[in-house]
This record gives sequence, C-alpha cells and structure tokens, in this order.
Amino acid sequence: MVISLNNVTFRYADQEHVNVLDIRSWSVEAGEQVFLKGPSGSGKSTLLNILAGLLPPSGGEVTVLGERLDQLSRARRDRFRANHIGYVFQQFNLIPYLSALDNINLARYFSADSQKKLPSVASEERLNALGIAQRLWHKPARELSVGQQQRVAIARAMVNEPKLLIADEPTSSLDQQNRDRFLQLLLEQASQHNMTVVFVSHDASLSQRFSRQEILSEFNRAGAGR
Amino acid sequence: MMLTLALNSIKDRAGSVALSVLAMAVSIFVLLGVEHIRQQVKASFSSTVSGVDMIVGARTGATNLLLYSVFRVGTPTNNISWDAYQYIIDSPDIRWSIPLSLGDSHCGYRVLGTTDDYFRYFKYGQDLALRFETGRAFGQANEVVLGFEVAKKLGYQLGDSIILAHGVVSTHFSQHDDYPFTVVGILLPTGTPVDQTVHISLEGIEAIHRGWKNGVKIPSRISQEQEASEQPAQPPQSITAFLVGLESRMSTFRVQRAINNYRYEPLMAILPGVALTDLWQTMRVFENALRLVSTLVFLAASLGLTALLLASIRERKQEMYLLRAIGASPARLLALVQLESIVITVISCTVALLGLEVALLVSQDYLLSRFGLAINVNILTQQTGILLALLLITTALLSMIPSLKGYFQAKRFSG
Repeated sequence: MVISLNNVTFRYADQEHVNVLDIRSWSVEAGEQVFLKGPSGSGKSTLLNILAGLLPPSGGEVTVLGERLDQLSRARRDRFRANHIGYVFQQFNLIPYLSALDNINLARYFSADSQKKLPSVASEERLNALGIAQRLWHKPARELSVGQQQRVAIARAMVNEPKLLIADEPTSSLDQQNRDRFLQLLLEQASQHNMTVVFVSHDASLSQRFSRQEILSEFNRAGAGR
Repeated sequence: MMLTLALNSIKDRAGSVALSVLAMAVSIFVLLGVEHIRQQVKASFSSTVSGVDMIVGARTGATNLLLYSVFRVGTPTNNISWDAYQYIIDSPDIRWSIPLSLGDSHCGYRVLGTTDDYFRYFKYGQDLALRFETGRAFGQANEVVLGFEVAKKLGYQLGDSIILAHGVVSTHFSQHDDYPFTVVGILLPTGTPVDQTVHISLEGIEAIHRGWKNGVKIPSRISQEQEASEQPAQPPQSITAFLVGLESRMSTFRVQRAINNYRYEPLMAILPGVALTDLWQTMRVFENALRLVSTLVFLAASLGLTALLLASIRERKQEMYLLRAIGASPARLLALVQLESIVITVISCTVALLGLEVALLVSQDYLLSRFGLAINVNILTQQTGILLALLLITTALLSMIPSLKGYFQAKRFSG
C-alpha cells in the first residue's frame, strides 16, 4: 500500500466551516498508475499537496509509503518529500534562471539520501533518458520550449528515485504531439523504476493509458455537497 | 548548490541588482575612503616632525604656523627678522635651531631656504635623520639639494641646473632665471613633505631676491645680474620660521613664554604635539560629518537592498513554492534570501574596495605634491576589515526582514 487515506478532511484556516476535502477511505497500491479526474476547484490540488506533505490535513489519517504524514512535523515532512516523492506541476516546474542540469542537481541537493545513494552522473542519465539533447543541458530553463521544460521536470521529479510520482495537470500546457510524448516517457520511466503514479488531469482522453481511473468527486464527500 | 542558486538568481535580476550594488558601493567607498584618509593623514602628519621641541614664527594661528612651517601647506603671513632669530637662539636653553625661509617654488614644489643644520638636526618618523641618496648638502649659495620625489618626478640628476620661480604658483610669470642652481644632492625618500621640497641655503634665497622688491623684479637692476651673482654671499634679512631643539624639555614653557613676550617683534612659539592635537580637534568636526553622511547613505543603500529583496520575494512566490515542493525547508529559503543579500553586499564591498584602490593610486601623486600627504595605497588594514564586517552584519540584519517574510510565506503555504 503506497497511499492510504482514512477519514481525511481539509479546511482552509479562513473558511473553517467549509470542507474542501472529506474522504472516508481511499488507497493506492504499489505500482499502480492512477488517473485522477475532477473539475477544477474540486480539491484535486489540495489532495495532492496533502499527499506530498506540503499541507497537513485538518483531520484523519494520511499514510504515504508507510509514514503517517499527519503525525510528522513540518520539517520531517519536508525531508520525506525531498527523499520519496517526485512532483510534476502544470507549469513553473523549473527555476527559470537555472540550467536544466542545475535544476535537477537542486532536487538532488535537497534530498539528503540521494547524495549518499546516487552517483553524480544520475542527473545526466535522467536527461538522456528523457531525450533532452546535451546542448540544452546548460541553457537556462526559461530558454527551453514548454515541451522540453516538462520533460526536464520529469527528470527532476525522478532523480531521487522516489517511490511515488505525483503529477498535477502536467500536460495542460502541451500540444497534442508533446502531450503524447510526455505521457509515454513519464509512464515508461515510472514502470521502469517501479514508481507509483498519481496523475491528475481534466483531460479524459488521456485516461485509457493508465491502469486505474478515478474521479475525485466519487470519493470526496465534500465535493458532492456542492 | 545554495550558492549557485543565489548567484544565478542575482544574475537573473542583474539590472536592479546592479543599481543596488552601485548605491551600496558608493557609500562604502566614501566610508572606507574617509576612514583610510583620516588614518593616513594622522600617521603622515605625526611622522613628519620628530624631536622638534618648538616651532617659532611670526604671530599667527598655531595651526597655520604648523601647516606652513612643517607641511608646506598654506602661506606664511609674515616673516621674522634675522636679528630676532639670532637673539632668540642665543639663549642657553636652546641646543639647536633650523631656520626656514619659504616663498619660492620650482615646478610646483616648494623651495625651502635653510642651513646645513637642517640635514644635521631635522628628524622624521621614529627619530630618523635625513640621508642622501647621492651627493651632499649644499655648500655654495647656488647649490641645491632635492627631495626624493622632486628628483624622481622631474628626472633631475647631480649636476643638473635648475631655475626657481618666485611665489608658490607654478606659473612661469616670474622666474628667478637670472640665478640658476646646480643640483648637488638628492635625499632618500622619507614619506614626508621633505620629499617634495627643494632645499637651498639661506644665502641662495638672498641671492635670488637681490634686485627684487615686494615680490617684483626691478627692471633697472636686471642689468646688474652679472654683478649680483658675483657678489659674496650675504646673510638674509629675514626668515619665515625656525625649528628649535631645547637643551632640556623642562624649560619648554619658560622658553615659549619668553618668545611669545619678545618685545620687538610679534613672535609665536608652538609645541608641535599640542598644535597637532588642536589640528585634529578642528578636523574631527569634518570627519564626523563625513562619516555621518556616509553612514546614512549606507543605511539608505541597505534599505534599498531590503526593498529590492522584499519585492523579489513577492514576485518569486512560485519559485519559492517550487523549492518547497522539491524539499527545501522554510529555513533553507530564509538562508537563500540571506545568502543573496550577503552576496550583493560582498560584491558592493569588492567594487568599493577596487574603486578606492584605483582612486588612491590615481590621486596619490596629487595628494603628495599638493598636500604633502604620503598615502599608503594598501587599504586592507585591520580597521577596514572591522568596518567591512560591521557593514555585512548590518545588511544581514536588515535583510532579515525580507528573509523572514520569505520564511513565513513558505511556512504557511496553502497550495
């Protein structure tokens, strides 16, 4: 079991009576590739932030990779995230003024484990695997095309060999061709490295590539009330 | 890695950062410059006279007398008659004296008329006597001994012939071209105004002014120039000031009182140490004003930097979020902002130090020839180090404002 949620609720501090999330029970098995669909505003990003340990839940049990995230201190969650979770966003995945290589090295730097575990060529191997030409490695990230940037983002998310990869609408800024290539690379790399994937998108056409399809509003009781 | 991040982030905002750096560098430049020159002036002035117990001149301000007699700055107001000089140094309390006669120049360098007692008794720094690089002291009226700087800058060697100018402005309006001098000695460097001085004998002073009245060449006498230079050397009518060495320091105040009360001429005796202290008192006001202004400018520059960083935190919200997502703790983000401010300050300090070094190298000669100030161009003293450390601490403290903002922004992150 990679993810297990039990009676998880989330409220923002300034709206104490409105639940954004209210999930009785939801879990993801190791190696699953989950496509999570939901309209915007349904609490998808909040859920992902809780899974990544960026936000603590207001109540309930959040277990990710055997750690009770709801019981960890903020500092421990930061370390946990750096070491075990890869994150790909819709946009702004890279520090724009750092080179592709430095962006990946930065992720390695923040993960204390990887410095001991992985050789320093790991960053370059990742870039190769994701088809980023060597001449682009030292260019500032902002000079890369959007498609290239998102592929570097996968490399960045995967460099610490996380067990769980979270992707938050990573394809919405890509055109058809780039979207397909991106998705293929992501899922290929994930299964190669035995990563569990939680992929959020509102684009249902992508869903058939995943081993499991979920609709957030079906297990989020807070969303159903609206 | 954090440094790479900070450096690249700064590079990315090079335009606005450059302005901050410039503002800071200017203020640091002024701060360090004032501090350095102040120390150098003190060191230089204090080492200019050594072992002189008293300076005597026509009645004027103590500072003025000190400045023109020892530092060759400013102009003497009046002269002392030769008789008064003779009368005073006849006193048994006085061990030695050096007469000084000023008022002429050579290519902007002041000419000092004196006797060979100058080379015997004058001391500078830690009781150091003047020494010759080549040659010897002047013997004849038409012989000249050059300070090290004069000889070096003007390229003179032993045996060269030079012409002195009347007055201290370096125009060629009134030259003593009827009476050339021969270089017979060049002194070793001292780092004092001696290096910028052209030394001739009192007889030489007398000789070049024969045929002059009230600072103007009398045309009718020019025809007699041949005759004039052949006349035997005569003692001068008057001198500008004289330096005194006492038999015993115990008699200092008695001698000073006697000179100040000299009946036939308004004379004044000053103690170099006391006069220097007075001078520092006067200077302190300017020093403090300059220091205050540059401190305020520095504070303004630091606040500017703080504002810059604060704005950058706001516009880098996404970047901060990304850093959090890939595992950076809020403390790391605080460190990042601090690091950026420190890097900017270090760059500013470096720019200021380089600028100051260049400015000193460029103005070194001017300060030396204009004010007799030997400035050490090595600005990396302990004092400078302490000052720079203080500046760094100040900016680090001030940039806690944006750092903490970044910290709390990261901490209460709500995706």
